[in-house]
Amino acid sequence: MKRVLSTLVLVAGVGAFSAAHAAVLDQVKAKGFVQCGVSQGLPGFSSPDDKGAWTGLDVDICRALAAAIFDDPEKVKFTPLSAKDRFTALQSGEIDVLSRNTTWTLDRDTKMGLNFTAVTYYDGQGFMVKKALKVNSALELSGATVCTQTGTTTELNVADFFRANKMKYEVVAFATADETIKAYEAGRCDVFTSDVSQLYAQRLKLAKADDHMILRDVISKEPLGPMVRHGDDQWFDVVKWTVFALVNAEELGVTTKNLAEMMKSTNPEVKRLLGTEGALGQALGLTNDWVARMIKRVGNYGEIYDRNVGPGSRLNIERGLNKLWSKGGIMYAPPIR
Amino acid sequence: MVDRRDGARPPAGSLVNDPRARAIAVQLLLIAAVVAVGWSFVQNARVNLEARGIATGFGFFEQTAGFGITQSLIEYSETSSYGRAFLVGLLNTMLVSGIGVVLATVLGFAVGIARLSSNFLLARIAGAYVELVRNLPLLFQIFFWYIAVLGTLPGPRQSLSFFGIAYLNNRGVILPEPNFAEGAGLVGIVLLAGVALSIAVHIWARRRQAATGKLFPRGRLALILILGFPLVAFFATGAPISFGYPELRGFNFVGGFRVIPEFAALLVALVTYTAGFIAEIVRAGILAVARGQTEAAYSLGLRPGPTLRLVVVPQALRVIVPPLTSQYLNLTKNSSLAAGIGYPDFFYVFAGTTLNQTGQAIEIIAITMAVYLVISLVTSGLMNWYNRRKALVER
Ligand SMILES: N[C@@H](CCC(=O)N[C@@H](CS)C(=O)NCC(=O)O)C(=O)O
Repeated sequence: MKRVLSTLVLVAGVGAFSAAHAAVLDQVKAKGFVQCGVSQGLPGFSSPDDKGAWTGLDVDICRALAAAIFDDPEKVKFTPLSAKDRFTALQSGEIDVLSRNTTWTLDRDTKMGLNFTAVTYYDGQGFMVKKALKVNSALELSGATVCTQTGTTTELNVADFFRANKMKYEVVAFATADETIKAYEAGRCDVFTSDVSQLYAQRLKLAKADDHMILRDVISKEPLGPMVRHGDDQWFDVVKWTVFALVNAEELGVTTKNLAEMMKSTNPEVKRLLGTEGALGQALGLTNDWVARMIKRVGNYGEIYDRNVGPGSRLNIERGLNKLWSKGGIMYAPPIR
Repeated sequence: MVDRRDGARPPAGSLVNDPRARAIAVQLLLIAAVVAVGWSFVQNARVNLEARGIATGFGFFEQTAGFGITQSLIEYSETSSYGRAFLVGLLNTMLVSGIGVVLATVLGFAVGIARLSSNFLLARIAGAYVELVRNLPLLFQIFFWYIAVLGTLPGPRQSLSFFGIAYLNNRGVILPEPNFAEGAGLVGIVLLAGVALSIAVHIWARRRQAATGKLFPRGRLALILILGFPLVAFFATGAPISFGYPELRGFNFVGGFRVIPEFAALLVALVTYTAGFIAEIVRAGILAVARGQTEAAYSLGLRPGPTLRLVVVPQALRVIVPPLTSQYLNLTKNSSLAAGIGYPDFFYVFAGTTLNQTGQAIEIIAITMAVYLVISLVTSGLMNWYNRRKALVER
């Protein structure tokens, strides 16, 4: 029903006569917070803790954004969205940014009136099965019943994978992550499939997590990152450079702990990053210390990763592809200059 | 209307003063205004959507859908189009609501009549049933059947077996599947002809009985027509119909015909829920028939069964049918709660998955509304027609 509502908002929006829109950054500044679309509860990426505060990698991107704009990571409001409701919510203007483990694809980047900004997590699709089934490879899954979530690249990839390998399967697609994992746990399906990071996250929700294993096979590329509405280049730049700045900060070794020292650094790259030299923040419509604010409140990309999905978290996912390019991964950001 | 007792006509030529012409003109203007506003809305939406870079139009119907669907009455694969997925969803909705309407009616009538039974226990059980199903949210009942009942069934390898030909597990009910070889068509035709003939004979025999009082052994004839001849045809063509039995292979049973648990849970929930409401409608309808009718029937020597069947229910139907129609509509619309348990009904496949994968919210929500509207209008149309036939004919 939420989708119908969003659609009505969208209808009202596009059906009305004036197409003029205030810039999103100005709107955000005027209302005093960022409205951020997240998942309905995916540990490590976006889920409410026991006090109701949202945490996770996707959440921290929004907090960094709020820190850059307001110098306050709490000036964010979160809208939990299922996979199938997320795009309509962004199109209709219900949210300012969608930071919800969403895969960058050409289709989504072009036809929906939305733009991807940057990659925050390089992922790929995998499978989880019960150990008791004694399956070692995805290629042994012919005839299996697969649980997945609707409205995702996951349900499309799984179809491609089984077809390409001439294997039979049956898919049961649910509307929310909770329904999907519960159905898998109840034995409705032999296999649970989603982005690998999400398999780790969902496995935590299982009563007997140790009875389940994640197969080694990765069947797709799933670069995840925040999206904004098409047509507002300034806001697009702000979100994009927020991500880039977090990565650059890690590369330059700027952390929450050493920030005070780094503010005094003579390294020109660090000076530009932290705004002690030049006026790069202003070019974005922010203050020049925008990155310093983010690092102070949220930390750099590496800190965000470790805290939410890495060794500092229950998920403990190897950093793998998401290591910096200089450390053997592919996480790379254009320079701040 | 204007009072024209004086016989004077309004002055000729002055349309402005003619109230009828004025009324029509106002109506026309209003319609024109509504159309104009609607049109400008559509135009605006098109222009604005384009400006925002959102795809528009209905071209997506021909594009490849790319996702699988658990249950499909027609040929469907990931390479089929969104148009095909639309049909699959629509048929799934019609399947669950069609069967649901029939079963809910049967159960509803049974419970409604049971509530009025002179058997204290029966009446109480029926009453408790109605209160229970009517007062629990439908979505909750769907989850109950899906998770608490069907979800607790054993997995495929521990299936409950029924004589080794049918199985029950948490993937559904697996039944033997009929396989048709050459000649099966003939058997089918003989069977259909037998059914048609039996119905014709039934109608003829009833008329004759009403006119002359003569009885006709129509039951025996029907048995021969519906069972005898088709059996002869079956063996004459070399037994062309066989059954494929399900077999456990790998992860699950292969072969056989399967009813998925999502369908079963949704159907059971819709039927039991709606039957509670229908039961109340039936009870009210029966109570609306004057007690004198029953007494008159008894004094003519009719037993309670025939009295109910021949005297009370036909009269009660006049009261029952209109509210029954709303229940049918409710059942159909409620079937869209399927999304909660992943049954691929129309709303889920089209307004859910297709909307998300194409991002064309406006077109899809508009079509979805139109489809439900058409289904509802057709249902009400049929029921109104039936109601008119059952309406009191004054003699
Ligand atoms: N990356 C994929 C899948 C994203 C997705 O929604 N995955 C599910 C699988 S677990 C999820 O995160 N659900 C969480 C929720 O719905 O709250 C996409 O963009 O389509």
